[in-house]
Amino acid sequence: MGEVIVITSGKGGVGKTTTTANIGTGLASLGKKVVLIDTDIGLRNLDVVLGLENRIVYDIVDVVQGNCRLKQAMIKDKRFEDLCLIPAAQTKDKTAVSPEQMKNLTDQLKEEYDFIIIDCPAGIEQGFKNAIAGAEKAIVVTTPEIAAVRDADRIIGLLEASELREPKLIINRLRPSMVKKGDMMDIDDMIDILAIDLLGVVPEDEAIVISTNKGEPAVLDKSSKAGEAYRNIVRRIMGEHVPLMNLEASNGFMSKLKKLFGVS
Amino acid sequence: MLEFLQRVLGLDKPTASKKVAKERLRLVLFHDRADMSPQIMQSLKEDLIKVISEYMDIDKSGLEVSLSNESDGVALVCNIPVLSLKRTVS
Repeated sequence: MGEVIVITSGKGGVGKTTTTANIGTGLASLGKKVVLIDTDIGLRNLDVVLGLENRIVYDIVDVVQGNCRLKQAMIKDKRFEDLCLIPAAQTKDKTAVSPEQMKNLTDQLKEEYDFIIIDCPAGIEQGFKNAIAGAEKAIVVTTPEIAAVRDADRIIGLLEASELREPKLIINRLRPSMVKKGDMMDIDDMIDILAIDLLGVVPEDEAIVISTNKGEPAVLDKSSKAGEAYRNIVRRIMGEHVPLMNLEASNGFMSKLKKLFGVS
Repeated sequence: MLEFLQRVLGLDKPTASKKVAKERLRLVLFHDRADMSPQIMQSLKEDLIKVISEYMDIDKSGLEVSLSNESDGVALVCNIPVLSLKRTVS
C-alpha cells in the first residue's frame, strides 16, 4: 500500500513544483515506484520541470471524466522506469475535478505504487481542496520571507482542520550569507513561528535554474547543494535519520584558504 | 568624524532586518490566528465553565466568549453572568 503525500504552500512561487519534481525523482532513483500528480489545472508546470512536456496526450481531467484509461494518462519519465506523471489539464479550470474524484484516483494508485506525490496549486480554494482530498501526509514548503511564512501558517491551520495532522516543513531558498548577516530569518526562527517539524532546508542555488532550464531535476546533480538537500529530504521521507547539511557558503576567500591548508 | 569611522568599521550596523521581519510576522500571525475555529472556541467555553463553576454559580446559557482585535494586540473578552458566589471551594 502506497503513501499519498501532498506538497503545498499557500503562496505561489516558493518552489512547490520544483520540490515535487525533485522528491519524486529522488524516490524513483532509490528504486521506489512513484506517481506525481499535477493538480494545478489551468497552470500546469510539473511537466516542463521534469522535461516531459512533449509527451502529454491525456491529462487528469481526461482520467476523471473517463475520456481515457488511467494508464494512458500516466507519462513515463525519461530517466526512471518506475516514475510517472499525471499532468494537469491546461485548458480547463479547477472545478473540472472534485475532491471525491481525487480521492478515488489516489486510492486506485496506492494499490500499485509506493509513493503518490501531489503538486498542489497556490491558494486555498478548490484546487487546494482537490489536492489534499486523497492525501495522508502533507509537506509545507516556505521561503524565509514574511509573506511565505504567513501563508504557510494559514495552510498548516487548514491542513489540520482537514485532519492532515503533523505536516512537515521544507524551508526553500535559504541564503546562508544573508542569515549570517542577520538579514534573513534563520531555520530556528521559522520552526519557532510555525511550530511544525522540519523535513529539510534547501539553499538558494543557481543549479535549480539551470536544471529547470534543461528539464532535469537537480536531485540527480551530484555537484549541486540544493540537489544534495533534496537527496537528504528523500532519505528522511524513507525513514532514515539524516542530519541537516552544512549550509555555510564555502566560496569565500578565507574558506578557500582554510580548505587549502586543510583547516576547515 | 566619529560617524564616518563607525561606518568604515561597520559599527553602526542598522538593526538586522530579520528582527523587524520576525516582529512584524509575530503580530500579523497573532491577528490571523485570532480567527479561531468554532470548535476551539466551544471547547474553550466548556473549559471556562468547568473552572469557574468551582468558585461560583454562573448562567451557562448567557456566557459569551470572543476574541477582539485591538490596535496593539488581541483580547479575550468574556461576559459571564454570575448567579451566586460559593462560600467554600468545592
